[in-house]
Amino acid sequence: MQERSYAWQDGVVRTGTDEVPRLRTALSTRDRLGSWAARWAIGRMDYSVAPGLYAVGDPTPESPVLVSANYKLSVDRLRSVLAGRHAWVLVLDTKGINVWCAAGKGTFGTEEIVRRAQAAGLERVVSHRTLIVPQLGAPGVAAHVVKRECGFRVAYGPVRAEDLPAFLDAGMKATPEMRRVLFGLVDRAVLIPVELVTGAKAALLIAAALLLLGGVGRDLYSLAGVRGVGLPSAGLFLSTFVLASALGPILLPWLPGRAFAVKGAVLGVLVAGTAGALALSCGWPLAAFHAVAWGLIVPALSSFTLMNFTGASTYTSLSGVLKEMRLSLPIQGTAAGVGLVLWLVGLFFPFGVRP
Amino acid sequence: MRYLANVVTLEYDAGLCTGCTNCTLVCPHAVFRMEDKRAALVDRNACMECGACARNCEPGAIKVRAGVGCAAGVINGWLAGSGPSCDCSDGSSCC
Repeated sequence: MQERSYAWQDGVVRTGTDEVPRLRTALSTRDRLGSWAARWAIGRMDYSVAPGLYAVGDPTPESPVLVSANYKLSVDRLRSVLAGRHAWVLVLDTKGINVWCAAGKGTFGTEEIVRRAQAAGLERVVSHRTLIVPQLGAPGVAAHVVKRECGFRVAYGPVRAEDLPAFLDAGMKATPEMRRVLFGLVDRAVLIPVELVTGAKAALLIAAALLLLGGVGRDLYSLAGVRGVGLPSAGLFLSTFVLASALGPILLPWLPGRAFAVKGAVLGVLVAGTAGALALSCGWPLAAFHAVAWGLIVPALSSFTLMNFTGASTYTSLSGVLKEMRLSLPIQGTAAGVGLVLWLVGLFFPFGVRP
Repeated sequence: MRYLANVVTLEYDAGLCTGCTNCTLVCPHAVFRMEDKRAALVDRNACMECGACARNCEPGAIKVRAGVGCAAGVINGWLAGSGPSCDCSDGSSCC
């Protein structure tokens, strides 16, 4: 849903013979709703603005040029911090992907900057020869090559858009703090919805299978089994997925271990323990085989779920992820496999803890 | 928060450094610091292999196998029979 209403546009700025759309610096309710939807992965893969040159305020040939990605959230973040300022914004075609992810793929990159600057006739629009590129774009941008190809010097701006005003006011100087990527509670929490939505389909399918399989037993198939075994099994599976996806990111710094798979396994043991204690204290019938099965499946699922959060984190390396996957995938797979077999056996041998 | 120690592929040859300071500007984890007009590798284990330093090092003093530390991307790569790819632009939703 590339934005076609242009509610974020505020007239045009003339640059010689051309007209450049002016960006509003105030975000509307519609912008905020769009951001919220994107955070829930609704239309997120196509939430973009048209690439090209834009204006903020009434820029002159001396005004700074800020480079951004064409993910609408990136442009929104940028324009919202530029209230009361005059600047040019060069939006690259990153296929609607944010700066850092696009830089990793190279779509936010040297060639696209050169191409977009030339297409916009930037050397005629501004009198200086400096492009302010977000620091997180650097994995895709070779500053010396940009300079060689189109004559513009790249000045790496701060990591966070909100530091841009201070960066500009300091004569394009960033403090060390502005150059550090953080991964605070809020940074982690906003990622939870996408984690939930991404895994939801697989989790719901498996939960549905557990629900139906729960009816299998010595009397072939019974609705009592679906209700008594299938329903709590599906519930526990989904609860584990939701808890690992939500509590994992929130508790990340406090969960022991450095590998995300280890952190997830610890969280899983806590979840399994809590579920077991709850079952005992409430007097729910629980087959011994099933107790052991869930003691294996819950930590395995939690470990796998949090391991998949490495991609959303801001500090994991590919080498580290490969190492922890090599070590943990076999363990996760074995635990889940043995757990599943025990669970199936438990359908036919339902002896165990009874109220 | 710190990730696994002694795993990254980052290599730095201080002899090739020209003192441009680019690596200290682009690194999001302060892996490099300027010392005596040359870059010094001060926190190798904080490296996330994003590749920004190497790409912006004109004399080629820095080498790293750049990639995204994304388990889902690695699995996607295995399933597709290619290398690790956190390719979110093809309709699948990750990163």
